[in-house]
This record gives sequence, structure tokens and C-alpha cells, in this order.
Amino acid sequence: MKKIGKFLRGAYLGIVLFFMYMPILIMMTMAFTDSKSASRWNGFSLGAFRELFEDSDVKDALIVTVIVAVVSAICSTVIGTATAIGLHSMKKRSRSVVETITQIPMTNPDLVTGISMMLLFSTIGISQQHGILRLIIAHITFNLPYVIFSVMPKLRQSSDMLYEAAMDLGCRPIQALWKVVIPDIMPGIVSGALLAFTLSLDDFVISYFTGGSANNLSMLIYSRTKRGVGTEFCALSLIMFAVVGILLLVINLRSIKQEKEAAAQNKKVMRKS
Amino acid sequence: MKKYISAILAALFVVTMLPLALVGCANEKTLNILNWGDYLDKDVKNEFKKRTGITIKETNVTSNEDMLIKLEQEDCPFDLCTPSDYAIERLIKGGWLAEINYDNIPNIVNIDEYYRNLPFDPDNKYSVPYTWGVLGVLYNKTMVDEADLGSWDILWNEKYSGQIFMYDSIRDTMAVALGYCGYSINSTDPDELKAAADALIAQRPLVKAWCTDDIKDNMIDGTGALAVVYSGDAVWCTEPEEGNTDLDFFCPEGSNLYFDSMVIPKNSKKKDMAEQFINFLLEPEIAARNTEYIGYSTPNKEVIPLLGEDWENNHIFNIPHEELATLEIFRDLGDDIKLYEAEWDRVNIH
Amino acid sequence: MKRTRIAYPYIFVWMPIFIVAPLIFVAYYTFFDKGHFTTEYITQVFSERTYLPTFWNSLWIALVTTAVCLLIGYPVSYLLANMKKNTAALVSMLFILPMWMNMLLRTLAWRILLNDGGIIATVLSWIGLGNVQLLYTPGAVVVATIYDFLPFMILPIYTVLSKLDKSQIEAARDLGANSVQTFMKVVLPLSMPGVISGITMVFVPAMSTFAVSGILGGKSVLMLGQIIEEKFKRGTFGIGSTLSLVLLILVLISMAIMRRVDKDNAAEGGTLW
Repeated sequence: MKKIGKFLRGAYLGIVLFFMYMPILIMMTMAFTDSKSASRWNGFSLGAFRELFEDSDVKDALIVTVIVAVVSAICSTVIGTATAIGLHSMKKRSRSVVETITQIPMTNPDLVTGISMMLLFSTIGISQQHGILRLIIAHITFNLPYVIFSVMPKLRQSSDMLYEAAMDLGCRPIQALWKVVIPDIMPGIVSGALLAFTLSLDDFVISYFTGGSANNLSMLIYSRTKRGVGTEFCALSLIMFAVVGILLLVINLRSIKQEKEAAAQNKKVMRKS
Repeated sequence: MKKYISAILAALFVVTMLPLALVGCANEKTLNILNWGDYLDKDVKNEFKKRTGITIKETNVTSNEDMLIKLEQEDCPFDLCTPSDYAIERLIKGGWLAEINYDNIPNIVNIDEYYRNLPFDPDNKYSVPYTWGVLGVLYNKTMVDEADLGSWDILWNEKYSGQIFMYDSIRDTMAVALGYCGYSINSTDPDELKAAADALIAQRPLVKAWCTDDIKDNMIDGTGALAVVYSGDAVWCTEPEEGNTDLDFFCPEGSNLYFDSMVIPKNSKKKDMAEQFINFLLEPEIAARNTEYIGYSTPNKEVIPLLGEDWENNHIFNIPHEELATLEIFRDLGDDIKLYEAEWDRVNIH
Repeated sequence: MKRTRIAYPYIFVWMPIFIVAPLIFVAYYTFFDKGHFTTEYITQVFSERTYLPTFWNSLWIALVTTAVCLLIGYPVSYLLANMKKNTAALVSMLFILPMWMNMLLRTLAWRILLNDGGIIATVLSWIGLGNVQLLYTPGAVVVATIYDFLPFMILPIYTVLSKLDKSQIEAARDLGANSVQTFMKVVLPLSMPGVISGITMVFVPAMSTFAVSGILGGKSVLMLGQIIEEKFKRGTFGIGSTLSLVLLILVLISMAIMRRVDKDNAAEGGTLW
């Protein structure tokens, strides 16, 4: 009985994973077809990769994507963390007002956020020639709530006593903040930053409406989907998949290792007491 | 405390501006082009970069309406664009284009007289011809009866239900329907437009899908029998290597004859560079290479001898001028385009 | 308290300019035409029958997508949460991985799969179902939307379930509840915050998507997002803004209904990490 249950559970996960990976795997296979279109298999070729590396538009789009993701993640993490700390010591009434407004970009459909930002930019005169600036501002805006709401719970868990104790011990407020509060809420900050980076990398809709002269990867792909699936995008998926896969594996293995070390430490402490 | 805050804000400002400055510097040697998909050979772009150090950056769109909305803005970021006749007419009326300085384009002599001084830009003050072609029907010889060929009626023939691809672009599709109903493709008569839209709505059950540039792939794969395409795309699809030799093309009477020309937006800061690129594209060798890649008919009289017999005898590529007699060029309709948009909404939502 | 001050740049600069002002612009374009008040757009949207079908299309596609994602995703999260910690970390990584690939690339993959003569069509005709058209149908849009958003359902639920207090489950068992009862009365209610944020993260973007139906739909099903995109592309800001405002209100109403179902949940209920 137990064995059947275990098998069924494994089978279910397997089927869902199959559903998730089959399209990607097939697409990656088509990176090696000897044709311009990914719907035909004309034999093996590495032409798609050559095409991809020679394509300066793809290169530019990748650079834009990475610049926007890094800058917007850094900025939104700094502003978001500061805001969360400030908000935490605010009165409840005003805090809940700010929190409600902050939630808007999270529940607002991307489409509406993108369009409204586009209207704003064209009105206040940040022109399309400054596409990168427009992208960065838009991305910071939709990243901020995620950072703020990742940091807030950690602040609530950490005790205000620590901060006050540091002050009593002669720290200036900024020192107390830097040396005591920030390290305490670090996990929240890190996950907020990661989330911001991911969301920025994956965004299409908001970038599409705000981008102007700067094309990020999503915008480039969308403008080209109109002519079918080019094999260069299959090659690109393969490369992205490999990079992301390795990155996640490294992060995960590290955290597993850390967990094990922490567990070992705990055991030692337990034994001693 | 305040000092720290201003320090942090200043740091943030610097971080935000840095990439901007970087991109600004990189911008010096790039030319932003707004173009159709598959409409400029990559090797040609690379060759231009090799010669001049200027990188060509392309943004692709699929309809003249998309181009217009991007070009009719004060902060338009593009330096060169390739819209069609009626869009150019509208851009000239709106004062959105820069006058071209032909001192920078000596190769203009390569353009055949036939394609110069056309009604949408009588003195070629603002536009330099790039390609031309006709709107017609691409069909798969193995799936379509020869007897049915010749007119737009074939797209309403129930025999081919579920095998028809339509082109998702307001003027072109309305032109097909207007032609089917026997009206002018520049009609602004509300009743005629309504009749055309009704014809499109009636046709919807027969249509497999409304696509744009992906029609080409679908037809090459043999997933449809009939498709509305431009002749240049038909050349691409019928070509033996990457294409499908079962495909052929015809152009119904009263269809659309179009000219895509290169124009420079008035606010471009790199007008000289754009003109340099136009001149480069008109060089016979370069134009021939580019034509071979994109497949659209060329107004450059030096090109056809360079391309050889296969191209010269290709009835889709080298269309004799006398066959163009019954065809119409799209005109800019001014505010009457709103009539089209209303009918188009109706077709879309059905 | 001085600490509140570090939230001021956000509260008094960023929030009003980049969150509140853009929405005011959308409202402005809805009710004003070149500076004059008008209700023309509102009446046009609601009286003309042309736009109503697109509302309906978006709504049913979003609802079906959300429901299927929940049905597939909840068991996955549940199984993940009951695994050994290290295994769960690795397996959940497998579910995160596709999320880091560009969404448009993942949508393109379906185009290869669903094409006539593609793999799925071949399998179907092989088992005797004849030639079925898959690409350019509403079904294609629904399947790809589900595929794109499934990870956004699995992860929030998994996050909440894995933090669940096991002692409550044990208590229920000790009190004689069988496994079905334990699940219905204890686990499910406790995981509601994750379910709610999962539903939000799937429903809102599915409701407003235009890329998926644009790439796979071939106009067989026209969604609200596509009409809004087209309107802004054509420069008819009035109708476009009105439609976005209606979309926003539709989403807010759905969210309000959701919140009633689970009153205690705040925005930070369960995010991705």
C-alpha cells in the first residue's frame, strides 16, 4: 500500500515536470536544426548559434536587460529597505495608508502599470531617446513593493530592543541601524533583491510600453515572433537554460551545505547544554 | 543624519545615471532603424560596419500603422525608416520627415526613372525608393484547383475552409475585401466599407488564422492552401532552398501596388549618417546582395543584371510594368481612416 | 522617532510621482479629451457591443487558467512540502528553473509543439484522432497560459505549506481525525494565504495578457489585453485608457472577493520565496 502511494506521488510529480520541461527541451533540440525556422528538422547544424553570436541586436538587448535588472534591483533594494525601516517605526494609521498605496503595483495588471507609466513619461518629458532611464524607473517602481514586503516581516520579527540597546551603548542612530538592524533583517533584504532581479529579467509587458529606443530581450523576442520561431531563439533558450540551471544549482548546493553545517552546529550546542 | 540621506540619494543618482552615460557614449556610432522583419540583410549591415564603424540597430514592426505611431512623435528615437507610400504621404503632410540632401546620395542615379517622383512624394524630396511589390495570393499548387485562381473570390471559396491565412493589417486586409466586393481599395464610402467588413466577417469561419510575417513559415510548411501576402514574401516562400516549390503566386486585378521607401524622421540627429547608409544601400553590389536576401522587387536598375537569369525570369520578382496597369496605390485617407478603424474593430471582435 | 525619516524619499517623492500620478493620467485620459470633460469613451465602451466579447474572453481564460493551475499546483506543493528538506530544495528548484527563462521563449516553444505536423499533432493522428488543428485556437492560448503561470501558483503555496506548524497536524491526528479530515480542516485553511497569493499571481497577469494570445491565438480568441495594446499602438489613448481602467476595476473587484474569503491575509501572506 505504502509503496503504491509513493509510486503515485512520484508519478504525479514526474508528469507535471514532464509538462513543464517538454516544450523547453524540444525547443532546445531545434537549436541544432539546419534550417532558419524551428518547425523543420533538416539535419544537424550549429548555424543557429553562429547566427545568434553575430546578431548585434540580440547582444544589445542582452546588455540592456542586464543593466536594467542590476541597476533596478540595487536601487529598489536600497530604497525599499530604507522605506521598510522607516515605515516600521511609523504610526499605524499612516503606515497602513502607505502600505495600501504600495500594494498598487503588485495587484495592478502589468498592462495598466506599463501604460500609465508611458503616459507619465511622455507628459513629464522623459523622452523615448532615454529608453534605458525609462526602463530603470519603471522597473524600480514595480520592484519596490516586493522588496518592501520582503523586508517588513523580518523587521516585525526582529526586536526593537536590539536597536535601543545599541543606542544605550552609545551608538549613533545610523551606526545602530547599520550594525544591528540591517544584519538582523539581511535574509529579507536578500530575498527582496533576488525577487527584484528576477522580476526585472522576466518582465515584458511593462518594458514593452515604456521602453522607447531601448529594447530589452523580451521586447526583441516579441518583435520577432511575428515572423515565426527563428532558430536563433532556440539557441538562446539553450544558453539561458544552461546559465540559469548552473546558477540555481550552485546557490542550492551552497544553501544545502550551509544548512548541514548549521544542523551540525546545533547538535554541538545541544550536547553541551 | 541628513548628510547621510543626501549622500545615499546622490549615490543612487550616480548609479542610475551611469548606464545612461555609458549607453549615450555607445550611441555615437549607431544608427537606429525602424524596419519590417527580414527586410535588411545581416551581411550588408556587417559590411557597413566594417567600412564605416557604424552599427545598425534595427527595430521591427509589421504594419504601416505601427510605424506611423512610432514616427509621429516629437521624441522619435529613429534615424531611418522604410514605410510604404500612403504612410509617407501622411508623414509628409504632418511635417514629420526631413528633406533629403542628395549631395550625400550620388548613387541615386541607380534608381530607375519609373520609380522616381511617384504621387505620394512628387519630387522625391523626402523619400528614396527601397523596394516595391504587389499584394496577392500565395497558393499551394497541390491543394488548390487551377480553375479557382485569378481573383479574390478564391479566399471566400468554402472548398478551402480552414486552409486560408489572412494578413493582419488594417489597410491591406480591407483592400482585399474591397477588391472582392468590386470597390476601389481607397474607398471612403461608409456603405462600401461596411460591405467589405461584412464580407470579412462572413469569411471568418473559413480562415485558419490571421497572422503577419509568420504566414511565410506556415505556407512553407504546407499547413495552409492559400494566403494573402506581398509579392516579395512570395518570392521568399517559392525559393527552392529554404522555401517550398509547390507554392505559387498571383495578383488579382485592382489589387494594391506598393512602394516602400527610405525616409529620415525630422528630429534625427544623425541625418548625415542615415544618408550615408542610404547611399551605401544603393550601390549595385550591396543592393543585389540585399535583394537576394529579402526577395522584394527592387527599383535599382543595376541589380537585375547582377542577379542573373533565374531572378530575371521569376514572374513574382520581376513583374513586367504593363501588368501593373490595373493596380492601385494606397492613398493617405486623412481622417477617413477612422471609418476603417471602426469597421476593423467590428471584424476583429467577431 | 527619527527613523521614520528615511522612508520620506519614497513616501513623498517616489510614491506620488511613479505610483499615484500615472494612475491619475489613466483616469484623465478616460474622462477628458483635449482638456474637455467627456463621458464619450465610457459610453462607447459599455454601449457598443464590440468590446464586451473581449471582456468575456479574458475573464473565462483567466478563470480556467487559475482553476487548472490550482488543481495541478496544490498537490505538487503539498508533495514538495512533505519531502525531506534537501530533496524538496532540489525538486522545488526544478520548478523554479523554467520561471527564470523568458516567458516569451516559453510561449514560443508551444508554437513548435502545437504546429500542424508538430509532435502533438503527430501523436494525435497516430492514435487515430485524425488531423486536429491545435495552433491558432483558444485551446492553445489556454494551455500556454497555464504553462506560463503554473510556477507562480506552486511556489507561494509551497512556501506556506513548508512553514506549517507540524504539531497542529499531529494534534488533529491524535484527536482522531483521518487524513482527509486533517487535510480539509487543518492543512487547507492554514495554507490559504499561499493559495490566495498564488491565485493573485496567476489570475491578474492571465487576465491582462496579450502576448500569449497574440503569438498562439491567430485572432481566434481576442483578449482584452490585445485590444488595449492595439488601441495604444494606434494612439487612441481615450478608448485605451478607458478599457484599462475597466480592467483595473475588474481585477480589484475579483481581489476584493478573494480577500473576503480569507480576511486575515495581508499582501505578505506568501510570496515566491
